[in-house]
Amino acid sequence: MYEGVVQDLIDELGRLPGVGPKSAQRIAFHLLQADPADVRRLTEVLTVVREKVRFCETCFNVAEAQQCRICLDPRRDVRLLCVVEEPKDIVAMERTREFHGRYHVLGGAISPIDGIGPDDLKITELVRRLGAEPVDEVILATNPNLNGEATATYLSRLLRSMGITVSRLASGLPVGGDLEYADEVTLGRAFEGRRVVDA
Amino acid sequence: MHLRHLTLADFRSYESAEVPLAPGITTFVGRNGQGKTNLVEAAYYLATLGSHRVAQDAPLVRAGAEQAIVRAAVMRAEREQRLELEINPGRANRGRLGKAPLGRPRELLGAVRTVMFAPEDLALVKADPAGRRRFLDELLVARQPRWAGARGDYDKILKQRNALLKSARGAPNRAAVLESLPVWDTHLAQVGANLIYARLRLMQDLQPYLATAYEEVSGGASDARTTYRSSLHGDLAQTIACGEVPQVEEIESAMHESFARQQAAEVDRGLTLVGPHRDDLELRLGALPAKGYASHGESWSFALGLKLAAFTLLRHDLDTDPVLILDDVFAELDAGRRERLAEMIGDAEQVLITAAVGADVPAQLTGATFEVVKGAVHPR
Ligand SMILES: Nc1ncnc2c1ncn2[C@@H]1O[C@H](COP(=O)(O)OP(=O)(O)O)[C@@H](O)[C@H]1O
Ligand SMILES: [Mg+2]
Ligand SMILES: [Zn+2]
Repeated sequence: MYEGVVQDLIDELGRLPGVGPKSAQRIAFHLLQADPADVRRLTEVLTVVREKVRFCETCFNVAEAQQCRICLDPRRDVRLLCVVEEPKDIVAMERTREFHGRYHVLGGAISPIDGIGPDDLKITELVRRLGAEPVDEVILATNPNLNGEATATYLSRLLRSMGITVSRLASGLPVGGDLEYADEVTLGRAFEGRRVVDA
Repeated sequence: MHLRHLTLADFRSYESAEVPLAPGITTFVGRNGQGKTNLVEAAYYLATLGSHRVAQDAPLVRAGAEQAIVRAAVMRAEREQRLELEINPGRANRGRLGKAPLGRPRELLGAVRTVMFAPEDLALVKADPAGRRRFLDELLVARQPRWAGARGDYDKILKQRNALLKSARGAPNRAAVLESLPVWDTHLAQVGANLIYARLRLMQDLQPYLATAYEEVSGGASDARTTYRSSLHGDLAQTIACGEVPQVEEIESAMHESFARQQAAEVDRGLTLVGPHRDDLELRLGALPAKGYASHGESWSFALGLKLAAFTLLRHDLDTDPVLILDDVFAELDAGRRERLAEMIGDAEQVLITAAVGADVPAQLTGATFEVVKGAVHPR
């Protein structure tokens, strides 16, 4: 244990995703020894980011108002809901121009090693939306890697038990990859070939 | 197949080395600690993306260097293919096949195939199950490289499942944490069942070659057998031990059943207690287990028998010989086993041999000889 404020810094850093106690300590001492101007810039960016960028209250996409551009767009099909891990995945999906429904951003994927369970994702919010919006089909577009697949398995069980039609993007996406890096053609095809999950 | 050359940069003790190779026997002679094993280890690493001596990559990079590079040219059916592997400890390794950089080094698997026999292999018979599981999985990958993917996935899912079990152990509300356990059960059972099935099929195919190889190495005894000891609960483990190969779906549901029965113990220990990572390949001589019963000579015969069986299996499967590597083993074998081994490998397409004393290598194994002195390789 270190004295007061140094330990506070280590504790705060240790709460960040992917930062263990050892790394937290290393980063803390790096900051203590760094050029004050560098630290000031970091502090400013952190403050500005929190003030200017916000998340859509409906789908948790990045937004400049209470709701994001997509949720506000009356031309989007409210019967289709595509579930993704991160806002950046929405960007990848939109590039394909295949999807005209709306999104729901989970804020990550299940990963026990990183201490991320279902409660740490926007799943309660998803369930609440499904109760309130006229959604016919939920498309699970989590990343085609192990944690993304596990999250899709978890959600498809949960949602099917609620009587909702669930489909998963067709494989053909590079396994072990991120949606972010899938090319438009592959991703577009994955959308068309999505299959209803019933197993 | 055979290697045409092997080129090292900052690999182990080598700052750089360029070794021309030809089909047939090549022997590397030199006193201990001169760098003989380091050379063949590089060839083995190209084939398996792992070392037979260490689990981490760091020791493979020359002390003081940042990265190691291994290059080789492989001849198979009159076609030459160039391979390159960059070993970057702590970062992703990078592979290249011909001129094309590979998305992941795993895509190199299959380009060179090796079977290595080394003094460490005595542990196959004498030590714990981990080495025997590794033998099976490595052979699985040498036969069909796609199994490397399944193997990697299995380990990752296992780590996640274990992490979840551990967090449940410490949690005030276990049930809430375990709510997502079925997800990991599903994925682990799916990949695990396929892996078990593949291992069983492999063992079925390997058994006849093992019996023959053991008979030849030991000079007459023909009672080498293997039994797959599964960690599954219930009847299926018994069926498997009898040498039958169940359907993948049967194995998968037996895994689920075992998870259900073991849950309390698994949470207590924060560990997954069922699956291919807990299984063993039991080696037997007649009715007795080799471990604890076999003599020193019999143990060597068994280890050698397994490796030669692997060689023969791959030879039949691939329609080409894998590169056979014999690292410092002639010194370990008695005169009879040496002679018989020499006879058995005489027709292999390429054999790389290391020995501290040239005279330990049977005279009939003639071919190119290199002298290895302090990390320099000279033709003799
Ligand atoms: N990463 C490394 N950097 C420098 N030297 C190494 C490295 N790894 C092993 N060595 C050296 O290589 C030698 C062992 O070489 P090895 O090929 O095993 O010998 P042998 O000829 O007996 O088979 C030892 O002297 C060891 O110190
Ligand atoms: Mg050696
Ligand atoms: Zn929105």
